[in-house]
Amino acid sequence: MAEVPLSHYIAVSLALFTIGSIGVLTRRNILVVLMSIELMLNGVNVAFLTFSRWHGDTLGQAAIFIVMAVAASEVAVGLALAIALFRHQRSVDVDKATNLKG
Amino acid sequence: MSFEAIAFYVLSAGAIISAFCVVVPPMGRNPLHAALSLLLTLFFVACLFVLLSAHLLAVLQILVYVGAVMVLFVFVVMLLNLQPEELKGAKITPWKVLGVALALVFLAKSLVAVAVATQDFLPVNLEAVGKSDFGSVKVVGKELVTTYLFPFELASILLLVAILGGVLIARRHKRG
Repeated sequence: MAEVPLSHYIAVSLALFTIGSIGVLTRRNILVVLMSIELMLNGVNVAFLTFSRWHGDTLGQAAIFIVMAVAASEVAVGLALAIALFRHQRSVDVDKATNLKG
Repeated sequence: MSFEAIAFYVLSAGAIISAFCVVVPPMGRNPLHAALSLLLTLFFVACLFVLLSAHLLAVLQILVYVGAVMVLFVFVVMLLNLQPEELKGAKITPWKVLGVALALVFLAKSLVAVAVATQDFLPVNLEAVGKSDFGSVKVVGKELVTTYLFPFELASILLLVAILGGVLIARRHKRG
């Protein structure tokens, strides 16, 4: 266990989180935006589990359990929104959803 | 270098490269390709969970993400049946450049902070403190229904609300 230092695990977690946030900030396809949010949540999960393992504590694993439930419900509602958006606009581009813009 | 270290670096390189393929346009232009890259990323993350000796969570990661979330994604991509001309034409705007720059600044700053703050952290020796079943179903399950009972029940309510919300939003509305 000691061969891989804690900072390397956290670096992987940060890299996943950053790639996910770049996806959320730059891509306009709502499906890819949802996938990027999944990436960010997974990065956070890796950080939770790393600290949980380093302290030998179960709290981090319980937190991951909750994050997984949140991710699953987010995908269910998000994809329903994507279908509704596509039915409405014939497009999955989030920049075209401007009906409420004054 | 031990087997564990080699496995860690190979798995994390795989996770980061496939995560990149989800987001970066040449691969991620087609949502189906992005979904398959995401599948690969989630699988690599599950392998990292095994390295961190959380076996229950690794199995759950594969069951929940690869089994449920990815099926939903692929199903919706095929349901929408997007044509290639609807998927092209992403412009590089100043806002996007600013977003990428800010994300990279965040990455650099937090990498430095983590490297400084955790340089002499060592993991707890699980055998020594009598927690050799750290990631097992028994230990995690017991904690979930005793210490963390309230968040656990809250998660079930959240899932119920998400089911109802998903059905309600995606339903075809009758005209008039």
